[in-house]
Amino acid sequence: MADYKIHLLVCGGTGCKSSESQILAEHLRSSIENQGLSDFAQVVGTGCFGFCEKGPIVKIIPDNTFYTQVKPEDAKEIVEEHIVKGRKVSRLLYKDPKSDKIVSDSKGMEFYKKQVRIALRNCGVIDPENIEEYIARDGYASLGKVLTTLTPEATIEIIKKSGIRGRGGAGFPTGLKWEITRQSPGKEKYVVCNADEGDPGAFMDRSILEGDPHSVIEAMAINGYCTGASNGLVYIRAEYPLAIERLKKAIEQAREYGLLGERILGTDFSFDINLRYGAGAFVCGEETALIHSMEGGRGEPTMKPPFPSVKGYLGKPTNVNNVETFASIPVIINKGYEWYSSIGTEKSKGTKVFALAGKVNNVGLIEVPMGITLREVIFEIGGGIKNGKKFKGVQIGGPSGGCLTYKHLDVPIDYESLIAAGAMMGSGGMIIMDEDDCMVDVAKYFLDFTVDESCGKCTPCRVGNKRMHELLNNITKGNGTKDDIDRLLNLGNVIKDTSLCMLGQSAPNPVLSIIENFREEYEAHIQEKKCPSGVCKALMVYEIVPENCVGCTACARACPVGAITGERKEVHRIDPALCIKCGACMDRCKFNAVIVN
Amino acid sequence: MTKIKNLADLRELKDKLQSKTKLRDKSESPDQLVQIKVAMATCCIASGSRETMNYIVDELDKRNIDAVVTQTGCMGYCYAEPTVEVIVPGKEPLVFGYVDAKRADEIIEKYIKGGMLVEGIIPVNYKKIDQ
Repeated sequence: MADYKIHLLVCGGTGCKSSESQILAEHLRSSIENQGLSDFAQVVGTGCFGFCEKGPIVKIIPDNTFYTQVKPEDAKEIVEEHIVKGRKVSRLLYKDPKSDKIVSDSKGMEFYKKQVRIALRNCGVIDPENIEEYIARDGYASLGKVLTTLTPEATIEIIKKSGIRGRGGAGFPTGLKWEITRQSPGKEKYVVCNADEGDPGAFMDRSILEGDPHSVIEAMAINGYCTGASNGLVYIRAEYPLAIERLKKAIEQAREYGLLGERILGTDFSFDINLRYGAGAFVCGEETALIHSMEGGRGEPTMKPPFPSVKGYLGKPTNVNNVETFASIPVIINKGYEWYSSIGTEKSKGTKVFALAGKVNNVGLIEVPMGITLREVIFEIGGGIKNGKKFKGVQIGGPSGGCLTYKHLDVPIDYESLIAAGAMMGSGGMIIMDEDDCMVDVAKYFLDFTVDESCGKCTPCRVGNKRMHELLNNITKGNGTKDDIDRLLNLGNVIKDTSLCMLGQSAPNPVLSIIENFREEYEAHIQEKKCPSGVCKALMVYEIVPENCVGCTACARACPVGAITGERKEVHRIDPALCIKCGACMDRCKFNAVIVN
Repeated sequence: MTKIKNLADLRELKDKLQSKTKLRDKSESPDQLVQIKVAMATCCIASGSRETMNYIVDELDKRNIDAVVTQTGCMGYCYAEPTVEVIVPGKEPLVFGYVDAKRADEIIEKYIKGGMLVEGIIPVNYKKIDQ
């Protein structure tokens, strides 16, 4: 009787780990040992559950109890009350913010109801550092099926018929890419997994690599069989130490078990995987720049065609796919292309993983079927806007995408509809903004990023984006002129048409879509020199209301630059020339005499 | 650390390991499976409900019956411990009392598999708040 009756799943993603989830797991283990239940209850560290806002998460199986914000000190109580006595610890149970009711079973949570977890099927369920748990859940069965019963052409047909498209952002039909690589002449070919994930705020790929690295390894091996490659490379950014560690461990275990290396599963097929590390450049997420970086050169994109599938790494045919694309491949082979293509819309099949960030209640990682509306994602799964504020906009696609408003809430999420609405799918970062966010500032923020990350090779991006950034800077400082909006539109369109790679071509997107959807904010900044959301510091004016001021001098003493003058018991005055808008005077004033205009 | 030499090896390994993670899969859709709750409060444990629960889980595994077995707190029928609540999909939940290994065997064979009511059912004498 070696099987455990109770499993305690503790989230081990980076987010929860930094909130001491590993220490929590240790405490749970020692409490269980103290109670003599080591043969009865098993503590398993898993990958990311996706519910990052309320981590660390502990899920008790089989009763599906979902505990949130668990601290290491809570371990003893959970073991004593729940595991030994069967009584749930109600203060740790999840409370739905809208109904204020406790939801003790995760199946009843709004967050999970509409999700269809395919790429994330094992995240939060298995221990990513144990290959046996992956095997127990059909791991490597697809590789076995492909190697022993299907030809490369037949496998590629399955991928093509499933309709899966690249999840890195461009949405190129995956099956077609595999076919082109297969048909490219040459004996030496490569499979590359793009794990650079440069979008700020995106962590879909990171969570898959931390929570289920074997799914990517298996898919790369399947790809090698299909395209004729025996070498796999994972280009992973150095900023993901936990993902690198888990991936390394997984590759080692796969080699030990004979699932990577020579003559896999008794067939003629040999395949191995090595890692290559990024060094912090966003542009290296672009496949040609990535390849040059691996070859030892500077991460600069080159003209396509020739595409990497024809001429890539070291001049050989190379199949580059994103982590999330790979993660779905084993399931498609196992369950069939009809099942996969029954999910999603006509042109966008399957599911997409999104990283929900910003001003929503349920910040975290979700996977939804294509075709779900923005409204469902933001207000049902996301739980609505934090603190009851008003929804303003949602940025989809990171620094390459556009910003949509309440008018677009019923747009279905798929490649074509998002482009028609003025945004793009991107890699899956979704940032939600409320009434307190300044849209001009948001546009400037994204442009800050792309200007920094531009490789500098082509003039439109190197010079053009920088000039756009200057214009935006001036506008937020109150120095905008009425021609600026047209200048931005003009410049933006020229940059889009003439840049060498997608970084340059998509950098103006946030700016242009924000002008399209929030023109009034630009005009307020330029013509009235005001920031309606109160974000752009340079446009804020701190003033003292004479009627309320009693002359207590508290503000003058708090001011770090001596901008406030006034005698005791007399109305004080703030000198706008010296004021640095730190707000210290407003914090100190007990008479509500300091206001911001 | 066993080297997997061919597909048959892989399938064998999976079958061996599956029971370890099957529990996590089953919990995903509990209402389609038979749900069994064993009361596990202090007087229940003193009356041997842990042994009952272990027996039930083992027997269900052996007879290949898909079910979710959990433990709960005190159900209130302390005079009839060990008590077990069985919810077969589509039927009313039933509580059985004095469930030792022999009685558990009867319940599995006759009620869960055969659909016949068994002796020793405790009539429900209270309503739960979510009903």
